[in-house]
Amino acid sequence: MKLRLLKDFLFNKISSLLLLCSFLAISLIFIILIYKSIPLLEYQNIGSILSQSVWSPLKGNFGFLPFIMGTAWVTIISLCFAVPLCLLTSIYLVEYAPDKLRKIVLPLINTLAALPSVLYGVWGVLFIVPLMGEYIAPLFGIVSSGYSVLSGGIVLAVMIFPIMISIIVEVLHTIPKELKSASLSLGATKWETIVKVNIKKAKPGIIAAIVLAISRALGETIAVLMVCGNIPKVPQSIFDAGYPIPALIANNFGEMMSIPLYDSALMFAALLLLIIILAFNLIARVVLNKLEKNHND
Amino acid sequence: MTNNINSRLRKEKIAKVIMQIAGFCIIGSLFLIVGIILYKGVPYLSWDMITETPKGGFYIGKSGGILNAILGSLYLASAATLLAIIIGIPISIYLNLYIKSDSIISRSAKLMFDVLYGIPSIVYGAIAFSIMIWLGIRASLLGGILTITLLTIPIVVRTVDELIKTIPEDLKNVTKSLGATRWESSLILLKYIKTGLFTAMLLAFGRAIGDVAGVLLTTGFSDNIPKYLDEPAATLPLAIFFQLSSPIPEVQGRAYASALILTCIILIIVICTHILTSKNNKQKI
Repeated sequence: MKLRLLKDFLFNKISSLLLLCSFLAISLIFIILIYKSIPLLEYQNIGSILSQSVWSPLKGNFGFLPFIMGTAWVTIISLCFAVPLCLLTSIYLVEYAPDKLRKIVLPLINTLAALPSVLYGVWGVLFIVPLMGEYIAPLFGIVSSGYSVLSGGIVLAVMIFPIMISIIVEVLHTIPKELKSASLSLGATKWETIVKVNIKKAKPGIIAAIVLAISRALGETIAVLMVCGNIPKVPQSIFDAGYPIPALIANNFGEMMSIPLYDSALMFAALLLLIIILAFNLIARVVLNKLEKNHND
Repeated sequence: MTNNINSRLRKEKIAKVIMQIAGFCIIGSLFLIVGIILYKGVPYLSWDMITETPKGGFYIGKSGGILNAILGSLYLASAATLLAIIIGIPISIYLNLYIKSDSIISRSAKLMFDVLYGIPSIVYGAIAFSIMIWLGIRASLLGGILTITLLTIPIVVRTVDELIKTIPEDLKNVTKSLGATRWESSLILLKYIKTGLFTAMLLAFGRAIGDVAGVLLTTGFSDNIPKYLDEPAATLPLAIFFQLSSPIPEVQGRAYASALILTCIILIIVICTHILTSKNNKQKI
């Protein structure tokens, strides 16, 4: 009996220790990032770091605006493609699609989620970039290499399809049946019910799904790096090259050891990214957890 | 009035068609990605690619293969998955079976793992890299394994958490009422979600093998198959990335073939996961 209780006790201690360790790990991440960013923040005030557009580390200019704008452009473009497509697809899957179709489509979307980002990058380089450079840009009379924020946005859009669809589908499932039936029995068509009841009711959940997708898009590194062109200038049109924050970190880390402030600048970039993503994630998760709880009650 | 209802019904039909097109676009993008990689990769695929390591002049188009990267990735992903399972499953059991799953500690810890799941791997990579420099360790297989483990722990914790939710409350109560300790009860419950655990493992493995940003800085690259943990190791996604940026067509072709190999590995994982989950629908994730 003693031995059994001892085992129980040991497991209790070990697993709570593991939990504590993972909590310490996330605190450590923050401490290191903040500690490493301090030199840059002492050198330049935070307002000018975020608003200046000149990036030349060798001369001591650390303007983050091109990267912030690069990230903003690709993220917004990806949302323009992903939000309508995902919303419509999710509604179709939940409300209209026959069971058989749903059973085929959902695994395929899971497959899309499982593809590593480097494969999206390869696809972008082989397909989207030439498509943009040779066909789409000339349509508008613009000369572009194809390595642009638009290409980045499209690749990102495909990458965030799965997360958006899976969450929106779950949210739509939580809509009480009574509400739908009430609307239908009053003579509304199914589509009218969807627009006026389902979507209205599911709005917080849908927004949470979009926010989660945004935070996924913000952190995506390699695929975007491969197709965006990586020129540290504020993009002026969708066919211009951009330089998102994660790409900046991935491209320059490891080469900046000789310039102390450069190291600090990249760590600041990581901190910026982390804070934005954590905030987005936290908001979205709290909203979704609340919805799930309401649904279960 | 009839006119009105007709136009309303027409609207519904149009909406339905648009929705079908949207769905088609999304599913189409999957086939487009796999199709293009297949189309570009197959001509360059050869037996040498998967059985040989890079020989002299490999990166200017001479003979050799990417066995180093395939094995490097498999070592890295297996070790990281194993570690993540060893750390993640106890945490999940603790959060659900040792302390009450709706207590404040449990709820906030789960929220923490949800949020950790969202941290991009480049941030993990950058931090691991600075720690490694600080400790004076060079890029190595071990560094990569530890970074990727951090990345996969949240996946394991969250998936196992979902699995434990599917266990019938009765089973939990029965084991306890028969006098089992929490530890013994956990072992029985783990047996109940066995297939699900395997799925969680595959999910973690898939994420681990595909990650680039985390290994870019921490694992380095090497033409040799790693023998020890402190050696730098090549990984498949990184091999694709490097070869693709080469201006030599032959090397680029190898990048396509490498992408095809990675796609196959991922598809195998996806299919295994699908078979496992559909076999045991109760434990769907």
